[in-house]
Amino acid sequence: MMEIFDIYLLEALVNGILLGGVLALLALGLNLIFGVIDVTWICYAELVMIGMYGMYYLFSVYGLPYWVAAPICILLVAALGAALHFLVIEPLLGAPPINQLLATGGVLFVLQSFATVAFGIDFRNLGIRLPVLALGEMHFSYARLLAFVAALIGMVAVYLFMTRTYTGTAIRAIAQDRQIMALMGVDTKKIYLVTSALGGGLAGLAACLLVLQYDVHPFVGLSFGPITFLICVLGGLGNFVGGFVAAFLFAEIISLGGLFSDLEWGYVLAFAFFIVMMFIRPAGLLAKRS
Amino acid sequence: MLELRSIDAGYGRFQALFGIDLDVKAGEAVGVIGPNGAGKTTLMRVISGLIRPTKGSISMQGTDVLTTPAHRIVSLGIAHVPENRRLFPRLSVEDNLRMGAFMPEARARYRERMDFVFDLFPRMKERRNQLAGTMSGGEQQMCAIGRALMSDPKLLLLDEPSAGLAPVVVQQVFELVKRIRAGGLTVLIVEQNVQQVLQVVDRAYLLEAGSIRASGASADLLADDSIRQAYLGV
Repeated sequence: MMEIFDIYLLEALVNGILLGGVLALLALGLNLIFGVIDVTWICYAELVMIGMYGMYYLFSVYGLPYWVAAPICILLVAALGAALHFLVIEPLLGAPPINQLLATGGVLFVLQSFATVAFGIDFRNLGIRLPVLALGEMHFSYARLLAFVAALIGMVAVYLFMTRTYTGTAIRAIAQDRQIMALMGVDTKKIYLVTSALGGGLAGLAACLLVLQYDVHPFVGLSFGPITFLICVLGGLGNFVGGFVAAFLFAEIISLGGLFSDLEWGYVLAFAFFIVMMFIRPAGLLAKRS
Repeated sequence: MLELRSIDAGYGRFQALFGIDLDVKAGEAVGVIGPNGAGKTTLMRVISGLIRPTKGSISMQGTDVLTTPAHRIVSLGIAHVPENRRLFPRLSVEDNLRMGAFMPEARARYRERMDFVFDLFPRMKERRNQLAGTMSGGEQQMCAIGRALMSDPKLLLLDEPSAGLAPVVVQQVFELVKRIRAGGLTVLIVEQNVQQVLQVVDRAYLLEAGSIRASGASADLLADDSIRQAYLGV
């Protein structure tokens, strides 16, 4: 009895790590936007939803191979992110934060309604059934493994971009001192646009990975949006490392909570954990004590 | 090289500068002295485009600075070391220097400029991987000047380089300004440390309450009784 229990526990732990990868990817995208532009895209998960529909149409309707559809989808959502910045955020850069929040909240409903009208409320999927990896008594889906590896590669690519290129360095610098960027010859508007496209691109990558595990429907964003937002707040908004750690913490709570009870209880536990943590560490997991 | 003509500038309804005329010729070191709140920092910000004047004209080697977008002004050869250094504290020294070479013209010569800056400040080479915010005030000032030099400027604007530094370090900073000058760079320096700055610059302007009250060769200003009384305490 004890042996079987341990295997289930190990399976849940590994599945938690696998889930954490994609959540960390989403958190990175949202944190990037917040850290650099100081705006929270409440509608971030809706970009993922649009990306999932993009994959559905490219793959199932237009018949493109997955490996061709995925990069197109990433570029499409990146363009959507840049458009979101250009059309909604930039005119509001000087506005009070609450107005910016409400505006991106408005975009959330616009995208949901648009998807409902354009695509209907049917649940759709790519119809790709990836095999399941069996290790002894444990089972892991290839879709999750693939998602984890791809998310990790995506995050490493962002890390290299941020540390090795002039534009990446400017993205890190701008969050520390906005006013003097012009003295460095940096056009802040351009950096904001690049950052928004990058944030959108990460949402696009997440969409390519999540569409292998979940059906797409106009409200699928609600499955990832709130949790991504809580992860970012728990890690400290704008704190990349904090978001990374918090993503895996949340994923393990969900996965292990689901082991001992229903999957939904995992989410309940995760949200309860979040509320408790907000009392203990309101500025985020890695925030310095003041 | 740099010409300012009847510049008015301010913040919102507050006017900080009134009809400023100022010239810097190639190869010169020029000082702007004056009390706190006289408008010295505003003057520097107007030249580098951080704020735009409400009236007047600025030209740099014949190019109209006011119609140049703020982020292109550094490409005209104007590098500004802002008040309080304003390094990116959570970036490494090397990343701070890299930001100084952001514009396309400077990127091409990144290695060469980096060697130049490391030559001038061997300390920065030792600390290249350290976070800029963890260095001492004097080291941060060197890093800030180094960052400005990365763009290979023709005109270096220094805003209160001695502020907040220990006397020994202040001495080093002024020595450094002399060395930079000797290398042929044109310098416009704003300082409250009147005694020391007048020993480094050729000429200076006295700015009070947003207007230029006096100007002349350093030696003349040092000998001027009213300036001696007001700023040198003698």
